[in-house]
Amino acid sequence: MTAYIIKRMLYAIPTLIGVNVLIFALFFVVNSPDDMARTILGDKNVTRAAIENWKQENGYHLPLFWNAGAAGAARVTDTIFFTKSVRLFVFDFGNADRTGTSIGDQIRLRIAPSLAIAVPTFILGLLVDITLSLIVAFYRATYLDRWALVLCVVTMSISALFYIIGGQYLFSICLRLVPISGFDTGAGMFKFVLLPVVIGAVAGIGAGVRFYRIIFLEVIGNDYIRTARAKGLSEAQVLFKHVLKNAMIPILTGVVMTIPFLFYGSLLMEAFFAIPGLGGYTLEAINGQDFAVVRAMVYLGAVLNVAGLVLTDISYTLVDPRVRLG
Amino acid sequence: MLSIVLQNMVVFLLLAAVLGLCRWLVRQPYWPSARRALSRSRAARVSFAVLCLYAGIGVLDSIVWRDPLADESGRAVLNAEGMPLYQALPLSLLDRLCTPVRTAQEKTYSAPLAVTLLGLESVQHEDGSVVREAPPLRYPGRHLLGTDKVGHDVFYSTLKGVRTALILGVFTSLIAIPCALLFGIVAGYFGGLIDDAVQYVYTTLMSIPGVLLMVAFMLLFGRGLTQLCIIMGITTWTGLCRLIRAESIKLRELEYIAAAEALGVARPVICYRHMLPNVMHIVIISAVLNFSSLVLSEAILSYIGIGVGPDTGSWGNMINNARLELARAPVVWWNLAGAFIGMIALVLPANLFGDALRDALDPRLKE
Repeated sequence: MTAYIIKRMLYAIPTLIGVNVLIFALFFVVNSPDDMARTILGDKNVTRAAIENWKQENGYHLPLFWNAGAAGAARVTDTIFFTKSVRLFVFDFGNADRTGTSIGDQIRLRIAPSLAIAVPTFILGLLVDITLSLIVAFYRATYLDRWALVLCVVTMSISALFYIIGGQYLFSICLRLVPISGFDTGAGMFKFVLLPVVIGAVAGIGAGVRFYRIIFLEVIGNDYIRTARAKGLSEAQVLFKHVLKNAMIPILTGVVMTIPFLFYGSLLMEAFFAIPGLGGYTLEAINGQDFAVVRAMVYLGAVLNVAGLVLTDISYTLVDPRVRLG
Repeated sequence: MLSIVLQNMVVFLLLAAVLGLCRWLVRQPYWPSARRALSRSRAARVSFAVLCLYAGIGVLDSIVWRDPLADESGRAVLNAEGMPLYQALPLSLLDRLCTPVRTAQEKTYSAPLAVTLLGLESVQHEDGSVVREAPPLRYPGRHLLGTDKVGHDVFYSTLKGVRTALILGVFTSLIAIPCALLFGIVAGYFGGLIDDAVQYVYTTLMSIPGVLLMVAFMLLFGRGLTQLCIIMGITTWTGLCRLIRAESIKLRELEYIAAAEALGVARPVICYRHMLPNVMHIVIISAVLNFSSLVLSEAILSYIGIGVGPDTGSWGNMINNARLELARAPVVWWNLAGAFIGMIALVLPANLFGDALRDALDPRLKE
């Protein structure tokens, strides 16, 4: 088992190298440090000296791959590729272009609010989706099933923006149940987190219920389900003991598929609810055109995503004894 | 002038390509049964009609030309060489059809079909008395969905969003589908080192969360519809490529491929003649189903400020401009309603038609 986990984690390394090279190509080759300086300093009144000065201050004055002017190992280490990209592997994100503050510190500060939204949204969404889809699967091939599916397609077709705008309008402006936006630490957090979490879960119901319903229907079609019914188990017992357990593996696949969408969700939610998390940090960086921060966030997002994939692969082996370790 | 000619040509080329694809589809042996299945479903019929309506609006809004400048008496203005001068901005066919609404400019907000503005102002009456009341509109009852903050007609803005959404869906697919087909079939059919390389490329691209890659790309290359189409193409081809590769691996083992190989057909020819037609149904289905998520993503990206430019009419921009309007004292809901109706009336039929198409072309491919 340990050998499998180590092997699976080693597989992630080439992917992360690829991501790193891609980010480097995008930020330093396609778009040169000169372009970056021009964007940040503004197109007007930009002089050669100002560009050089800005590059010097932020460490973009070095050559891309090979520093012929340096001696020994510094020929490789005194380059943009080494200082800006290779350092990402050890999570050394450097400083923000605009403010000069350490990106690593900011990430450590802001990851807690992000998780406070993303994790409950994820768990609540999963629970609601699975419960509802079990109910729909219980009433399969009836009018309830048919109309539930229609409702799913309709709710899927509504932009997440409208769920947020509508939810804020209804619960914060009309009913005044929760504050419209903001964040607090400790016990005060609850009232700020409640609405984004509920909206995030509700917005995902349509796609989720459709996805899990098909999984449950496939499991229900198996012979052992017929056997379970034949030996006199109630429909509820069949659903919870036999269907749900056997659907765990496809459900895990579905869970993996939702991980990338958590980033979308967090970006939007943090924008609407003024939550000082990583999504909000990214948005600030977009508005301030801070390339260093965006580069760090892209890499961090990829790392989290890959870590999620590795964790799911490992959990496959825990859930299903048939999955061979190899 | 050249760009306008080009733009119109692209519209007709696209229409020709779509017609060509339809002709190809109709000639396939599975088409009669698929068509029967599609026409049996009322949802599919209605969705198809709505999608055609949207496509019609998009085409009308894409055929553009510039009007000659005219002076007060209506005569054309000529330059020094005696050639007529043209207006700076071209108008589309849709603009011309909507002319009474498009030019019916009010001062600020007004409710749908209202005869007065929304807010109260000091109005001087003929007898000299000054009263606080809602001043009358210049064009009362003309605005089906009211007017926005600067007095533009909301219904017209909603219509202008159609073209942006369609362009995004169509051009993103035009970028993503050829890439996915080429790499998916080649990887699946040839296997080995090529397969490993293609798999490596798409796992790497997929491991970056799509929205973050879009953020980086739009930050580097600026806002705009072209950039958005390119980056969305880059982020969406990977999923389709994985599907096509898996299908190609299955196809590779079938007898008719072995027969073609035994007869000495060149391998690229096998890919083109025997693999391609047999993965096309996957392409068609996922293109339609993907379309709706592209439209939804555009709105989100435009809302967070990295989508199309602020002067391009799009539903995301409409929502972005209207973000504080529900919190106003008299609630202004028609801007949001316009974008909402415009989007759901496109996305819902696209989803329904995509589902029906999937059931008709490949019942095995359910999710």
